[in-house]
Amino acid sequence: MGFPVLSAIVLTPMAAAVIILLMPDKYTREAKVIAAATGAAVLAMALFVYFNYDVSAAETAAAEGQSSFQFVEDVPWVEALGISYKLGVDGISAPMVLLTALAAFTGVLISWGIEERCREFMAFFMLLVAGVFGVFVALDLFVLFFFYELAIFPMYILIVTWGWKVTRVYASMKLTLYILVGSVIAMVGVIAMYFVAGEATGIYSFDMEHMIAASQSGAFDQVGYLGREGLTFARFWFPFIFLGFGVLAGVFPFHNWSPDGHVAAPTAVSMIHAGVLMKLGAYSALRVGVQMLPEGARVHLPWIVFLTLINVVYGAFIAFRQRDFKYVIGFSSVSHMGLVSMGWATMNEIGMMGAGLQMFSHGAMTALFFACVGMVYDRAHTRDIPSLGGMVQRMPWVAVAFIIGGLVSMGMPGLSGFVAELPIFLGVWNAAGVTLTVGSFTLSNYYPVIAVIGALGIIITASYVLRVVQQVFFGEYNAEKYGELPDITVLDKIALVLLVGSLIILGVYPEIMAPMVQTSMLPIVQVLAGGA
Amino acid sequence: MDIGVLSAITFLPLAGAVVIILLPRDMKKTARWLAFGFSLAVLVLAIWLWFQFQTCEPSEAGYCFEEQTTWFGMINANWHVGVDGLSVPLVLLTALLTPLAVLISFEIEDRVHMYMSLFLMLEMGMMGVFVSLDLIIFFIFWEIGLVPMYFLINIWGSANKEYASFKFFIYTMGGSLGLLLSIQLIGLTTGTFDIPTLAGIWPDFTPEGGTLFGLGIETIKTITFWAFFVAFAIKVPIWPFHTWLPDAHTEAPTAGSMILAGVLLKLGAYGFLRLVLPFFPEQAARFAGTIGVLAVLAIIMGALASFGQTDFKRLVAYSSVNHMGFVVLGIAAAAYVYGGRGGDSQSAIMALNGAVLQMFNHGLSAAAMFLLVGALYHKAHTRDLTRFGGVWVIAPVYGGILLFSSMASLGLPGLNGFVSEYMVVQGAWPIFTLYTALAMIGLFFTGAYILKGIQKVLHGPVKDEWKGHNLEIEVREVVAIAPLLVLMLVIGVWPNWLVSVINQAVSRLLGA
Amino acid sequence: MNIGTLENSELLAILPEILLAVLALVVLALDLIWPSSRKRELGIVAGTGVFVILALTLILSPPQGDEALLGGMIRHDDLAQIFKVMVLLASALTCLMSVDAEGVGRKAEYYAILLASTIGMTLMASAADIIMAYVAMETTSIPLYILAGFLRDDDRSAEAGLKYFLFGAFASAFLLYGLSLLYGFTGETGIYDIAAAFRFGEPGTLPLLVAVIFVAVGVAFKVSAVPFHFWTPDVYEGAPIPVAAFVSVGSKAASFALLMRVFLGIFQHQPQMWAPLLVVFSVATMTVGNVLALPQKNIKRLLAYSSIAQAGYTLMGAVAVYASDNGLGAASVTFYMGLYVLTNIAAFTVVTLFHRATHSEEIADMAGLSRRSPGLAMAMLLALLSLGGIPPLAGFIGKFYLFSAAVDAGLVGLAIIGVINAIIALYYYLSIAKVMYVDRSEDEDKPIEVPRPYWVVFGVTLVGIIVLGTIGAGIGFEWARQAALGLPGV
Repeated sequence: MGFPVLSAIVLTPMAAAVIILLMPDKYTREAKVIAAATGAAVLAMALFVYFNYDVSAAETAAAEGQSSFQFVEDVPWVEALGISYKLGVDGISAPMVLLTALAAFTGVLISWGIEERCREFMAFFMLLVAGVFGVFVALDLFVLFFFYELAIFPMYILIVTWGWKVTRVYASMKLTLYILVGSVIAMVGVIAMYFVAGEATGIYSFDMEHMIAASQSGAFDQVGYLGREGLTFARFWFPFIFLGFGVLAGVFPFHNWSPDGHVAAPTAVSMIHAGVLMKLGAYSALRVGVQMLPEGARVHLPWIVFLTLINVVYGAFIAFRQRDFKYVIGFSSVSHMGLVSMGWATMNEIGMMGAGLQMFSHGAMTALFFACVGMVYDRAHTRDIPSLGGMVQRMPWVAVAFIIGGLVSMGMPGLSGFVAELPIFLGVWNAAGVTLTVGSFTLSNYYPVIAVIGALGIIITASYVLRVVQQVFFGEYNAEKYGELPDITVLDKIALVLLVGSLIILGVYPEIMAPMVQTSMLPIVQVLAGGA
Repeated sequence: MDIGVLSAITFLPLAGAVVIILLPRDMKKTARWLAFGFSLAVLVLAIWLWFQFQTCEPSEAGYCFEEQTTWFGMINANWHVGVDGLSVPLVLLTALLTPLAVLISFEIEDRVHMYMSLFLMLEMGMMGVFVSLDLIIFFIFWEIGLVPMYFLINIWGSANKEYASFKFFIYTMGGSLGLLLSIQLIGLTTGTFDIPTLAGIWPDFTPEGGTLFGLGIETIKTITFWAFFVAFAIKVPIWPFHTWLPDAHTEAPTAGSMILAGVLLKLGAYGFLRLVLPFFPEQAARFAGTIGVLAVLAIIMGALASFGQTDFKRLVAYSSVNHMGFVVLGIAAAAYVYGGRGGDSQSAIMALNGAVLQMFNHGLSAAAMFLLVGALYHKAHTRDLTRFGGVWVIAPVYGGILLFSSMASLGLPGLNGFVSEYMVVQGAWPIFTLYTALAMIGLFFTGAYILKGIQKVLHGPVKDEWKGHNLEIEVREVVAIAPLLVLMLVIGVWPNWLVSVINQAVSRLLGA
Repeated sequence: MNIGTLENSELLAILPEILLAVLALVVLALDLIWPSSRKRELGIVAGTGVFVILALTLILSPPQGDEALLGGMIRHDDLAQIFKVMVLLASALTCLMSVDAEGVGRKAEYYAILLASTIGMTLMASAADIIMAYVAMETTSIPLYILAGFLRDDDRSAEAGLKYFLFGAFASAFLLYGLSLLYGFTGETGIYDIAAAFRFGEPGTLPLLVAVIFVAVGVAFKVSAVPFHFWTPDVYEGAPIPVAAFVSVGSKAASFALLMRVFLGIFQHQPQMWAPLLVVFSVATMTVGNVLALPQKNIKRLLAYSSIAQAGYTLMGAVAVYASDNGLGAASVTFYMGLYVLTNIAAFTVVTLFHRATHSEEIADMAGLSRRSPGLAMAMLLALLSLGGIPPLAGFIGKFYLFSAAVDAGLVGLAIIGVINAIIALYYYLSIAKVMYVDRSEDEDKPIEVPRPYWVVFGVTLVGIIVLGTIGAGIGFEWARQAALGLPGV
């Protein structure tokens, strides 16, 4: 085993958090430097992992229906229960690790100006980042939950302490409880999975690869679960696990925490939160829900797709109705994350690949959005859209960055949004053969309708993006009210350039990410197709 | 990897845009000249392309200068570009109008860098549409063009720019949604996005069992046809999808209007030619009547609306609706024949040739007209026709040029407009006699509004308001409009250099 | 039975008890010798002494398997050992945290009584005979009654003492009655002998059920399971804070040890009788505890209700004891109790220091604590998060084991109720965190003094809960499982 790079990615921020916490209060600057250095280091390591991921090995494995996890580390932890500290990435999680590193680094950069208890902020922020990394690299279900929950409490502290004074207490609590309820219900489901798989295979282990293998050997598809004819473990538990994680992915009707949480959070936290944390939910729902319980996915995703459709269209519509700049972006996340879930619900290669790309694209885009909102708010001290205006004169960089982000969000070709959303819609068309059976009622050929209605979301998105761009960045600058607003700092600019750059690179050259996501989706698609 | 000429034409403007946006703030002058230089370089390439095209051996599908590389392998979307006789005149038109528009834009003082960059990006978008031979690439450029245009109107437009730019964007974007969904559907069911390939297989495509998504293939084709139709109809624009156009034109800066009327509207018509006719011959023929009616309505209503305006720019804007109506009429007639609903193919070819030529011609004359309107507005700061009068006396050169371009627009024999409109009418007459007759009545109204415009601006006593004002056209503007005037005359007298190229592609398309 | 001879191993088995008795005497003697200026050091001596005893126990007195010792009165197995460690740890930490506590810190008799109670607890952990169990329980409880009422001048403390005594006596009576029934059925007093007797013939369902219920009620009082929890908040509120801490951890841990031994020992062949009963106890305890904790404004009362809820979670693992042939249930209970001892002590220590500086026990008064004393706020935060089950703290992994045990026992519904409860609990834990971190107060520039002994307490507890939650999770669980596998019926 070589250098444990994944452990380094997870533990570096954690160590940084501890060091920063233990420093005396006056070392504000040093705390920031440590955080930034940590961010840069993990970004470098994440890039290393991303570009050293062996796609051809993944292809070989996919041909045999196996997921190819690389950079694997495995240390026994609680041997009695088959828990081990096992890390590894595949083509779905490697981009997520990169995204997290990107958001973490840029988050630190744009938080440079925080004055109130900056040291503690950086410490909790690092802890949050460590938790997020942990989930993406976990190859053991216990480790996954460990980091999943670990990410949530610094989030609470960050929002409640540094958040927007008006709603932070309410929003942070709402967010924490929502997410936790979802995750612990999923956790109970996973524990149940553990015992069922253990019984079937004779090996009790939380190892995800073991669990996937157990699933492939049909451990979760035995009829007669809970003594009911026609019920299998997978069918019973899939909704709980998928929607349990789906809470964090903002799946309707469990999305309610998200706009409030995003708005109340300080800028860097919103970036991580909407940019990365929501992907935790989507990622886990895919990994644990779909990949391990494919039989349940086949039964339930055909109706869950309706929830995702509501996400897409309704989220966009609500975003359109907002007056608060940040709420617009908050609801837009709900809408875009709906596309990710919709991608999962297509259950075919192209749609799921698109959703994988969308996770990255939306992550970078939303991080960019929240960074822009934060920069405007920090200077203008209002987020009321109608009272802003002409900010392009004061902050041209922010304006350009926001516009590019906006174009990504409306799926403008040439940017990452398009290369992600197009395959999702193609996937939805492709899923036309899916039928939904409820009792004696059968619905078929409805996926194309979903595609058509879902496309409405794009036009609504265009409307609200343009409205915001117009009213915030163009129009009359109210010099009387705002005086001479300063432009953003160099660090802010670096952050914006990094985020915008990744959006453009992915948009122009999708092949940089698509093959690795695709090859890693293949085994999942294969098991989904397995018993159809 | 060597870069083909089409890629170069497409991405050279982008390179220019990037260079310009990175220039220091205070180098306004450099930014202007760089933009002009880049667009001029594109023009040189386009002219070279034009001459090379004369001798080029087209591929089996009829395209020259083809390039093909994988772009997004997963969804089988490729960078496939190429030109034929339909697109090459439009490439030339785009390449010609852009430097002229840039030249006109030298009067812009506010945020020059951004303006020039956006302008070059706009050029890239338009070029991309004309050269792409892959549905996804086509769509990408189709949408990309929207963004710079939105900002050109939104930032540098006049009073009501926010409303107008928003309307423009949402209309076009809304229209293209159906297009996007249909592209997805077609691509998925056939497994390819390649336009030449699809032109071969989609018309006769029958899925297994004859149904798709539980609907008959005929229904699917009809639905996708209408989705394509609406997207392109909004862009052209065909009555009643035209309402965004007067607003957008009125509010856009002069150069924006030139490009909007000169090239962007052609994208819609080009879409009909490149995609709708080859993909949906049967549906197009079935609905050709309907389209013909809409075209006639566009001609008549456009002319009447134009006549009713008191704003000079709005008047010219509505004239675009009127003129593009002829393009659509020609296409409708050709579609009718092409789909095998009767009529002789010679007429169809004539009509379609006329339509394509009309696209080119309208590009010239509309750009010229908007330029002239802009030139006047720039000095007089009003476009209110009722306030003008006797301008010819104050600005004789301007008056002469305006008269010349108006006549071209009107369809005076000897100038370009006459040739194309005549061809459309002659070709469409045997096919849609009634519609063509009505369209000719529309032509009469065309004369009316143009004359009204001339009369209100140029003739009559000089209003006190303008005494002592210099409304004369500037040298820079003359330089910008001169190539347009020359081409109007050349095409009017010797259209064959253009028609022969167009005819080659049209004949191929209509299978004659 | 051979009472006449005492072997070395038998002496070693009660080594901690002997040493505790000696230590109590030493403390009393020092009180006589030392001038009043040195009285503060009594607590340090007591605390350090217990730590030494703990170390000696671990080194000199390894578990001796399932051999009945001292005439069958006790067993010195892994289960006994692990719970002894917990109890001793609780005792040592309580001594240290009492050093500067008002009204108790300088009193030798306080420490002596505390140590006496500890003796009872260690015996509870190892009792293998119903008489021994009862005696141990009384040895534990009677000193605790005194301690609860230790502040004679404080009405609330006196009331707490009396209340605790009345409820405790009531519970004792129940337990005693239940145990006497068992003796009546079988004629045996040894826990394992009774079980063996039951294997050959039960006395009939109803009488046995009565015995089960009586024993269960008695133990339920001790672990403050709903509906026998009413004494808890009042006693916690009235008693001196270190005493409340000790009651909440030491007594509870010992009672769980007893509960497992009694149920698994005596009723191992009749799980259908007590498992449903414990399920009901578990659900009621955690739900009522959590819901009643929500409106609390006094930190001690809140911790009281929270400790009720914690008992509810632990009962979940206890229910699962019957179903697991892999010892998961008993192991999870053991592990959870271990981390609970550390966590609750940490929380109560913060409360002690806070009370010492401000004379307030109101949650609202903790506003601005993170600015006033960042270290204390962090300690409290870690303790609360561990109680709430957030990684990387031990509470998370402990709850994970409990839920796993419940699911393994086929009690998925119970596990779901458990996790929902865990989230309700998080609401009030986080609310305290919010008060400490967000709310402001005027006293932010007055840091709270943390005397040396308290550093030790924090060091042991916080490092403990972090280590148990991360790298120590495997080792800790392995030991707990070892202990569980020593139980009969596993």
